[in-house]
Amino acid sequence: MKVRVHVSLKNGVLDPQGRAIHHALEGLGFSGVNDVRAGRLIELDCADDVTDEALEDMCRKLLANMVIENYRIEKVAA
Amino acid sequence: MPFTAAVITFPGSNCDRDMAVAIEEISGGDVHRVWHGDAALPEKLDLIALPGGFSYGDYLRSGAMAARSPVMQAVVEQANRGVPVLGVCNGFQVLTEAGLLPGALMRNAGIRFVCREVKLKVENANSLFTSAYLPGQTITIPVAHHDGNYYADAETLDRLEGEGRIAFRYLEACNGSQRDIAGVLNAKGNVLGMMPHPERMIEPAHGGSDGRKLFESVLHGLNALA
Repeated sequence: MKVRVHVSLKNGVLDPQGRAIHHALEGLGFSGVNDVRAGRLIELDCADDVTDEALEDMCRKLLANMVIENYRIEKVAA
Repeated sequence: MPFTAAVITFPGSNCDRDMAVAIEEISGGDVHRVWHGDAALPEKLDLIALPGGFSYGDYLRSGAMAARSPVMQAVVEQANRGVPVLGVCNGFQVLTEAGLLPGALMRNAGIRFVCREVKLKVENANSLFTSAYLPGQTITIPVAHHDGNYYADAETLDRLEGEGRIAFRYLEACNGSQRDIAGVLNAKGNVLGMMPHPERMIEPAHGGSDGRKLFESVLHGLNALA
């Protein structure tokens, strides 16, 4: 089972990296981008008996920092 | 009994020796060097120090991997028993990731690594780590970090302010930290995390010795208890 964990900053948390990327895009002449938020994609290759609860636990205990980040678990068809 | 401290070394720590030397010179005591894979810490410690550096190459998030290493379970257990714990720079990041301190340390607002001396205000001079300073005193301590931008939600920040848990504040723009917070205490007051490096400012050859009083505070505090 392939699992993708999408980690993103919570709303309201300033994102210095996203802002720098935004400035760089503008510097390259791309207009019309209103905002940029940078996140992280973590791909897991799991045994089929890994439970949803275990995946949630992995996200809360390590993959995301719940103080500043949200996560979304996406199961991908193999 | 001599002052006894432990300095933890993670793979990628690079201020562990400076920290050990500062504690040794100022306390005249014994410093145990403990490796991250050790599951146990010595008993009867007067101070546990988590040094600066780039533990585990800052993989995932700064301090995230170190916070889950075997020795940290022992650090958390001793911290909960009231043993003083000091985390500097990467050590501060590890303490927040381990849940011993609130908030998180994000990428500096200016994106760049910041490496220079900064002026700090001693916001709380009554704590175990700051009692040798004067309230409101201005001190100069170097910073060297990429992820020092302290973040916590407004409710948490208000609580920290109300409980006197902000130990140090930046007196100049440094990294975008909320409310210019440079150092934070836990509720019991036995855990301090700070981005600036007091161990790099303990003798005239360093350009100043404003960091000494932090270590002297811990020594005096323990003597007062004895």
